[in-house]
Amino acid sequence: MAKADHTFGEIRLDRVSRGFDGVMALQDLTLTIRRGEFIALLGPSGCGKSTALNCLAGLLPLTGGSIWLDDRRIDELPPERRGFGMVFQNYALFPHMTVRRNIGFGLAMRGVPRHEADPRIDDAVRMVQLEAHVGKLPGQLSGGQQQRVAIARAIVVQPPLVLMDEPLSNLDARLRLDMRHEIRRIHNELGRSTVYVTHDQDEALSLADRIVVLRDGRVRQIGTPEELYARPAVLDVARFMGYRNVFEGRVEDGGAERAIVVRDGIRLAGTPRGALGSGRASVAIRPEELIPGEDGPGAIPGVVESVEFVGREYAATALTADGLLLHFRSHQRLSLDEPVHLRASPERVLLFAAEEGA
Amino acid sequence: MTSQTALSGSAADRPNLRRRLAAAGWDRITLLVLPAAAFVVLLFIYPFAYGLVLSFQPAAGGLFANYAKFFSDPYLYDTIGTTMWLGLPATLINMALALPIAFQVRHFRWQRILTTILVIPITLGTVLVAEGLLTYLGPQGWLNRTLIELGVIGSPVRLIHNYWGVFLSLVITGFPFVFLLTLSYVTGIDPALPQAAATLGAGPASRFRHIFLPLLVPGLAVAFCLAFVQAFSVFPSAVLLGAPAGPTRVISIAAYQAAFEQYDHSMASAIAMIMGAVQLVVVVAVLGARTLFYRGPMGSGKG
Ligand SMILES: Nc1ncnc2c1ncn2[C@@H]1O[C@H](COP(=O)(O)OP(=O)(O)OP(=O)(O)O)[C@@H](O)[C@H]1O
Ligand SMILES: [Mg+2]
Repeated sequence: MAKADHTFGEIRLDRVSRGFDGVMALQDLTLTIRRGEFIALLGPSGCGKSTALNCLAGLLPLTGGSIWLDDRRIDELPPERRGFGMVFQNYALFPHMTVRRNIGFGLAMRGVPRHEADPRIDDAVRMVQLEAHVGKLPGQLSGGQQQRVAIARAIVVQPPLVLMDEPLSNLDARLRLDMRHEIRRIHNELGRSTVYVTHDQDEALSLADRIVVLRDGRVRQIGTPEELYARPAVLDVARFMGYRNVFEGRVEDGGAERAIVVRDGIRLAGTPRGALGSGRASVAIRPEELIPGEDGPGAIPGVVESVEFVGREYAATALTADGLLLHFRSHQRLSLDEPVHLRASPERVLLFAAEEGA
Repeated sequence: MTSQTALSGSAADRPNLRRRLAAAGWDRITLLVLPAAAFVVLLFIYPFAYGLVLSFQPAAGGLFANYAKFFSDPYLYDTIGTTMWLGLPATLINMALALPIAFQVRHFRWQRILTTILVIPITLGTVLVAEGLLTYLGPQGWLNRTLIELGVIGSPVRLIHNYWGVFLSLVITGFPFVFLLTLSYVTGIDPALPQAAATLGAGPASRFRHIFLPLLVPGLAVAFCLAFVQAFSVFPSAVLLGAPAGPTRVISIAAYQAAFEQYDHSMASAIAMIMGAVQLVVVVAVLGARTLFYRGPMGSGKG
């Protein structure tokens, strides 16, 4: 067979938009997917992730913008002529075909001869650990098994771009890690590109070369996992990257490198992300960066409200005098109602200009 | 109920009656079929059994005299062929029309209105449609006059009191029924399935062949059976629009004549039994072929 049907240099999405009855589900998505790149689309439920994938696959016509494969415009092409593989969020397995025929469907449609298709199907089945189930119909499989059939069916044809819509959402923790590893391995193997939709930040961080964070159909930030983790551009992204403690305060001393925010007996030094102005600011701190320490300037006093053992350490919450609930970590087991003084280093305290309604 | 005592008493040894019934698929809701079942016995099984017995009590001759008479007299046994020759093509044409139209209408915004319009002929009944067609298709009817005006034909085409009148009326009265059933089967298929097939490289023809058709066949078989049985028992239009003495002498006319012209109820019962048997053979054959296909949920996964 002609190897890797059509390879490409890059896929360019230029202000891709899609509305439903006037409501924009995806707005002005501009993104260049390089060959061999692994992109994660991350965002809360309903933010337009599936819409973006469907637009890329050719299942939804665009209401604006264009998609380019190198210098060929492809947003008018039907899905079968684009040849991108897709793992559907609801799997979309063919209910009347066995697992084996489902997985082999793409190869059959491409006219791959049996002696060549069979070993490839076997490989795919092995990869998703479904050897014992190849003769079953989808209705006889568990949810997680169906999901793995969907993954195998999409990648067995070795498409130049694979689109995956939350492909691991239904698997148990261990299988999820296994499959995550497999997906990345297969991706690396042939230098193919992958767009991977998830709402799990860990998955996005560990798999992707670049992450696109969406919210309400708009791009909030595009960057490498390291960038997004350490330097989220906006509060939304910070929230998604695990900054669980978010509260507002008044900017007292607003420098560009360092600023002080005060709130009811709390005085915190932090790092501004963008211009703060002189009004109110949102403070974002990860639970991992907030630890009990000495009383004194810069500490947040509170009393322990709950303690959970999470393995290496304890995940705890504390309540401040003005009713703020803070998540933090501790190496010792704290007792309930014990007073604590929480501290975080100023580099790890991010300050965002307060948004309207945020 | 019994469950209380059973639960407190010997529940450990033996599951109580309700549990055992439930295990066999019976609960309070399934019991609601009992009145319906009684109804069927009274209104269907009983007359059927009565007719069956009656058909073996001919006015003259032995037990099978009626059946022997039917199958030795071409004037009688030819009615099977005549009815088939009307019912089968009409049903097949309806299916062939309904399927592509259902595909087109699937995403139609005014689907509701369309289906409502199509239900009307079903509710009107065959007699009214036959009367309407009589004037519409007649030599002075709109159809002929329009065609003559347009210069398509020189003199009126004969469309009533022959095979075509009955055939057309079967197509017209049968279509809405077949169409509505087909539409519900087509819309019942998860749109993600053809989409998935498309991303795997299947063009429209392959999608129809590998996805839609196999999923539709079982439903279409049922639609075919229902429509065929309806067409096979054609009576009013065969009399009103056809040539009941000749080319459209269908089997129900033979039964009618035996009962109300010769007052031979035993013979009429025998003909009715034969009619039922022919229908049964076709239905069983079609439904039997259906089991070769997938029958199950039309959706994709559980996700
Ligand atoms: N066919 C449709 N008609 C109308 N609105 C739609 C349609 N499909 C999606 N939407 C809307 O578009 C928005 C984005 O939907 P989308 O399916 O892309 O979300 P998502 O990011 O994939 O969410 P999830 O993580 O829950 O799958 C939602 O608000 C949804 O209600
Ligand atoms: Mg989605």
